[in-house]
Amino acid sequence: MRLERREGVSRRALVLAPLAAVGFTLAVSSLLVAWAGAPVGAAYLALLEGGFGSRFAITETLTRATPLILTGLAAAVAFRARLYNIGAEGQLYAGALAAVAVGGLHGGSGFDAPAWLLFPAMMAAAMAAGALLLLGPALLKSRLGVDEVVTTLLLNFVVLLAVSAALDGPMKDPTALGWPQSVAIQDALQLDKLIERSRVHSGLVAALGLAAALALLLRFTTLGFEIRAVGANARAAAFAGMPVARTMVVVALVSGALAGLAGAIEVAGRAGYVTLDMSPGYGMSGIVIAMLAMLNPLGVVAAAVFVAGMLVGADGMSRVVGVPTYIADVIVAVALIAMLVATLFTQYRLRWR
Amino acid sequence: MSETLELLGSAAFWAAVLRIATPLILGTLGVLLCERAGVLNLGIEGIMVAGAFIGWLVVYQGGGLWSGVLAAAAAGAAFGALHALLTVGLALSQHVAGLGITLLATSLASYAYRVSFPKVASPPTIQPFQPMDWLPLPVLNTQTALTLLALLLVPAIGWLLYRTPLGLALRTVGENPAAAEAQGLSVAALRSGAVVAGSALMGVAGAFLTLSAFNAFFFTMVNGRGWVCVALVVFASWRPGKALAGALLFGFFDALQLRLQQAGGGVFGIELPYQLYLAVPYLMAIVALVLVARRAAYPQALMKPYRKGER
Repeated sequence: MRLERREGVSRRALVLAPLAAVGFTLAVSSLLVAWAGAPVGAAYLALLEGGFGSRFAITETLTRATPLILTGLAAAVAFRARLYNIGAEGQLYAGALAAVAVGGLHGGSGFDAPAWLLFPAMMAAAMAAGALLLLGPALLKSRLGVDEVVTTLLLNFVVLLAVSAALDGPMKDPTALGWPQSVAIQDALQLDKLIERSRVHSGLVAALGLAAALALLLRFTTLGFEIRAVGANARAAAFAGMPVARTMVVVALVSGALAGLAGAIEVAGRAGYVTLDMSPGYGMSGIVIAMLAMLNPLGVVAAAVFVAGMLVGADGMSRVVGVPTYIADVIVAVALIAMLVATLFTQYRLRWR
Repeated sequence: MSETLELLGSAAFWAAVLRIATPLILGTLGVLLCERAGVLNLGIEGIMVAGAFIGWLVVYQGGGLWSGVLAAAAAGAAFGALHALLTVGLALSQHVAGLGITLLATSLASYAYRVSFPKVASPPTIQPFQPMDWLPLPVLNTQTALTLLALLLVPAIGWLLYRTPLGLALRTVGENPAAAEAQGLSVAALRSGAVVAGSALMGVAGAFLTLSAFNAFFFTMVNGRGWVCVALVVFASWRPGKALAGALLFGFFDALQLRLQQAGGGVFGIELPYQLYLAVPYLMAIVALVLVARRAAYPQALMKPYRKGER
């Protein structure tokens, strides 16, 4: 058995591959749903209805998709340059914490500055926090050859502990009756609601705008070309005179900033404060989303809505037919692996001899 | 200072060091086997979760403790086979496939746990491995048989890698697969075998947590130990003896921070948040990676997929 590169990639294959992957995923998860003793058809119906079947479901899915688009973009841009940033979870929390540090009601009132000044400062602080957190691993990779996967993975744990310490100490909300949560940000800094009687906020617009911007950057700018070239073949890129190490660092800053922004937008658009469970694995899901989207920024939007729909829908499915919500995580994981294989077969064919 | 000396003299402290080090020894040996053959296996974190769950489940259902260990090894091997299919057979990105395996194994274990035990307030417990108090060796007689197994596996794997033709073949496919192929060795078979065997060890590493260190299964019980193992292998320069030393060193500092945390009073009289102590293991793993970075002798073909006839 061996793999043989296809002559060209057909458009049909590019459409069929994700469909095949989704089909395979549904088949596997059907078995698991049946194993849990639930009627498969009813379970899927509940999943779809819970994720997309009503006004409430759709707005909830879009709310959940907002941070996922941003962490998905963070992973997509980094993976394009083969910088394996697995630390988006930590960068998200660092961004959230930085947002509260700038915009929070410290001592009851917080910084005495107009919102038009404080809001950009808050967002900039969050982006800087995320970017700086990834800068270390990126420099260690380009200077010393330390594998960034392990360092970013380990930093996630460190950041979460740091957030926990901050919520116990300097950022603690004294009125929260012992719940570990940070002080809230000033009311004027909260994001507007996009749709009435829902939780969808203007962060969604920002996420969509950034997806478009990133698509343009990758497609039409010199930096975008360099990112793609470094990812395709770093040695060839260096040979062609491209600043490989500098490109890596720029990519790290962009990727970390996107993940940090996800944290700030999540704080400003939803609760208004940081808790230790504000992200149910948005960082890891971002990687899955980027892979499902074949690292395409616009595809990230679609993939994020899909994953968000699964996560929200799984709650509904759990309520209606009693299947544990962890099924959503299984579906997402199987979809990732199926998509990897499907993508491969758009470029290669299997030869049995 | 005298308190520190007292601590280092106490058998209980060294027992804790060994207990913390055991899953790391097993996991690190597992990663080492995979990487020596040229395959990064980031599935370890999830495989440990799956091993912890399956091992515990088998014992809970009335199986023997060693059946639990075997089941955990089999579960690890199964996920290893999937990883081998993806990374060796299909030559996919080892990073992404490994993360996929971690997500899959973790979510499957969590799902299976919730399906099997829909409504339990506290996790059901089992009777775990007992200390080998019949052993006439201090410290080691406070440990369970799994620790002894882990310690014995270190020379065994060293012998396998450096003293047998199979070991030479494994190291060759990790350094120069084309040369191995030219000698008539099957790169795919050797790499797959190493990944399956290494992943089985990772499964046992997870099972140690439920069958020896604790007596129940918790969702977050692996808590980054798998990633630490990946860092430890680099620190150990891919050598089993150094892997043991690294895991023990790690266990030493982890046990030390636990003691300091329990003793209270802070360090040099400064009260520190407990989270700082908990962050020590992760920071240590990063520092270890940085320290050896300049002279890290990565297996030359690590993370390089091998496609026959393709350069």
